[in-house]
Amino acid sequence: MNFADLWKRSRIGIIAVALALVVGILLLLVAGANPFEALGVIIDGSLGSSIRIGDTLMVWAPLVLAAAGLLITFAAGLWNIGVEGQITFGAIAASLVAREVSGPTWLIVTLALLAGLFGGAFWALLAGLLRTYGKVNEIFGGLGLHFVATALAVYLVLGPWKRAGVASTSGTEPFPRESWLPTVGSTRLSWLAIVVAVASVFGVFYLLRGTRFGLRLKAVGKNMRSAFLLGIPTGPYMLAAFALGGGLAGLAGAIQATGFHHKLVPSISGGYGFLGILVAMLAGYAARWIAPIAFVFAMLAVGSTLLPLKLGLDSSVGGVLQGVLVLFTVLAQGWQSRRRNRADEAALGPPEPPVIPGEVG
Amino acid sequence: MGFELREIHKHFGSVRANNGVNLSVASGELHGLLGENGAGKSTLMKVLSGFHQKTSGEILVDGESIDLRSPADAIEHGIGMLHQDPLVFLPFTVLDNFLIGSPGPERLNRRAAARELATLADRFGFSFDPDTPTRRLTVGERQQLEILRLLWLGARVLILDEPTTGISAPQRLKLFATLKELAAEGMSVVFVSHKLEEVEEICERVTIIRAGTVVGERDLPCPAAELVELMFGGEVEIGERPVVGLGPPRLTVSDLTVRDRMLSVEGFNLEVAEGEVIGFAGLEGSGQRIVLDALSGLRSANGGTITVNGRDLTKVGYRGYLDGGVQFLPAGRLEEGLVAGLTLTEHFVLSSRSGAFLIDWEGALAETVEGIAEYSVKGTPDSTAESLSGGNQQRLLLAMLQDNLEVLLMEHPTRGLDIESAAWVWEQLLRRREDGTAIVFASADLDELLEYSDRILVFFAGGVLAEVDARTSSVDELGHLIGGKVTS
Repeated sequence: MNFADLWKRSRIGIIAVALALVVGILLLLVAGANPFEALGVIIDGSLGSSIRIGDTLMVWAPLVLAAAGLLITFAAGLWNIGVEGQITFGAIAASLVAREVSGPTWLIVTLALLAGLFGGAFWALLAGLLRTYGKVNEIFGGLGLHFVATALAVYLVLGPWKRAGVASTSGTEPFPRESWLPTVGSTRLSWLAIVVAVASVFGVFYLLRGTRFGLRLKAVGKNMRSAFLLGIPTGPYMLAAFALGGGLAGLAGAIQATGFHHKLVPSISGGYGFLGILVAMLAGYAARWIAPIAFVFAMLAVGSTLLPLKLGLDSSVGGVLQGVLVLFTVLAQGWQSRRRNRADEAALGPPEPPVIPGEVG
Repeated sequence: MGFELREIHKHFGSVRANNGVNLSVASGELHGLLGENGAGKSTLMKVLSGFHQKTSGEILVDGESIDLRSPADAIEHGIGMLHQDPLVFLPFTVLDNFLIGSPGPERLNRRAAARELATLADRFGFSFDPDTPTRRLTVGERQQLEILRLLWLGARVLILDEPTTGISAPQRLKLFATLKELAAEGMSVVFVSHKLEEVEEICERVTIIRAGTVVGERDLPCPAAELVELMFGGEVEIGERPVVGLGPPRLTVSDLTVRDRMLSVEGFNLEVAEGEVIGFAGLEGSGQRIVLDALSGLRSANGGTITVNGRDLTKVGYRGYLDGGVQFLPAGRLEEGLVAGLTLTEHFVLSSRSGAFLIDWEGALAETVEGIAEYSVKGTPDSTAESLSGGNQQRLLLAMLQDNLEVLLMEHPTRGLDIESAAWVWEQLLRRREDGTAIVFASADLDELLEYSDRILVFFAGGVLAEVDARTSSVDELGHLIGGKVTS
């Protein structure tokens, strides 16, 4: 592909990123900061030392898992907004194992990750069953279940699993050391979390690209009626998508609990579910873009924690920059599809294929 | 009020439905628009009535160029269209339908509107009870209501798209009288039809459209043969009905009851022999679709039995029917059949009955190339389904069908296809019938029903009004039956 082609294909994305940068710089100026200094702080704060790189990767791993899981549900045409709840429930399930099971690290960690996987899958299946058999839109079912999972976490933290003597929203008693994910050197980086995240990206890529299951799932997502007429059992396929997507989200929760906080905290999901939705959208629902985009997001999240210290800025600047980036990308995608529609369909309102005459001319 | 269309182009993706059409109709003129199904007549009229937006070209009313973005714009400029299926809200009353779409303040003045409706109706000899739900009106009466509504909104150009489909003979006479009266008052009337006799009966001038362009304009009367040649480009083929010996019964339906929210079909019986073709005629929504749904397992029967080759399939569900060799191709090719966004190769993989977990993409590609060639689909393995034209979508669907079907059900198998594609589709279907497949199809095209069916069942309001032998029936007879009128 030559340069002109590359530009033509990706110009929308490049324009979006450029616009987001401009708006981000303007916002920083309004906040009274030197934008380039702020950018420098973010880069230094996220990549400046091995410890910081480790921290960034520990944000990256759950984000990638959540986004990879979301690709499966998006492929099936489902808006799995309940992903936050699935992360939380996965974390709760993993916490149960970490607290209650004793044994060698490899056993506890394996069981905790599996518990996270199945916990997330279970929570997602609830939303799936509501959708397929209860006719409850997965957006509302998932949102409701998210609140239930969060409430459950708060209840556990303040109630049955509270610290000896004090009940505090800062979390439960830390888990025994044997249940912590093994780390690299003096960093907080867990190699196991990275392996799991990388495997999830490859797994999802091949599932959607090379398997009959993945193709049928895409057919269900793009046109459920046609998929059914082609003989695909659409209900079970949607449930499977929920279970797989929720399972990966639950794994993210297990890593949050056993690899990062080492205890259960009320906001255990860290917002990675919602952020994962943005990553998936920004990636254009393509598995190969998940890892780099999630990395930029992780950098912004980790690096911006230094902004208050160094520049007196609020740390939410990182979140604002993420939001601006997503808004412009989504806007650019919308603009592109609108232009494409304009080009071949001048009609206002929804197009109506049935009246299209056959090969005229 | 006269109007003029200059160089109108209307493209749907790669399909050129209108390709530089010029048309001019003077005030007080009754102008016919002739062309075969799919020639682009309806599209052109939808452009003129603001339903579609033109790709390029110019619309002039009384010499002034206007820009139409919606049907509301069009009626404001005095252009009103009566669609082939009158656009009425069936659950609404006559008066509500009359009022809907009227501009003005939020508060409706029903009493004044009812008075105006009555006055207008009197003028043309129609009569309406304003409080009747329109569902109880015949198609002809719905049309009359639409015409009055358009007049009330100030239409001075009236477009009628195939207005005589499904209305009774007296209603047709009344319609024609009304149109003549309106034209005498200075209304420009465009009468869209593929029926030569009707155009000859009432129009003063006629424009003939073929494949999206104007191929001729004539003053009437004019020799019919000339018009036919213009319409079809000089090659009218009348298909030879293949003689196929009918075998033992393939599909037996006894005492079937199916219901949906709007309609119920009760006590439906049908026996289709091996290699037999059954046509379902009737207006849209008369029960053909829900019967086809039941016969394919898409809708569970509320009573009765459906057997295929002696096997009772009544309770097996859609996938059970697929396994039993029963397949259904509904009319909406991109809505119920193909998956927009997936490629042809992906479609072939989806339709294959292989259960292997991993996809052999190379094998699938080879299969797709073969399928594309065999069914002459104009597309590549990487084309997406929605980028194909209607005819090629239908070819793809046929290519995706199982090989040895017991029963093939179709809805509007050639709707929107040009003559060549339609003929090709039927060639494929007839080949399948020679292999013994029983075919049941619903169509709105009377010629198609008469040409390809052995027997035709005419549906009306959820029941089978009549069963006719396609060999001895005629367009005229079918047309009357579809309108609910049994001729003795």
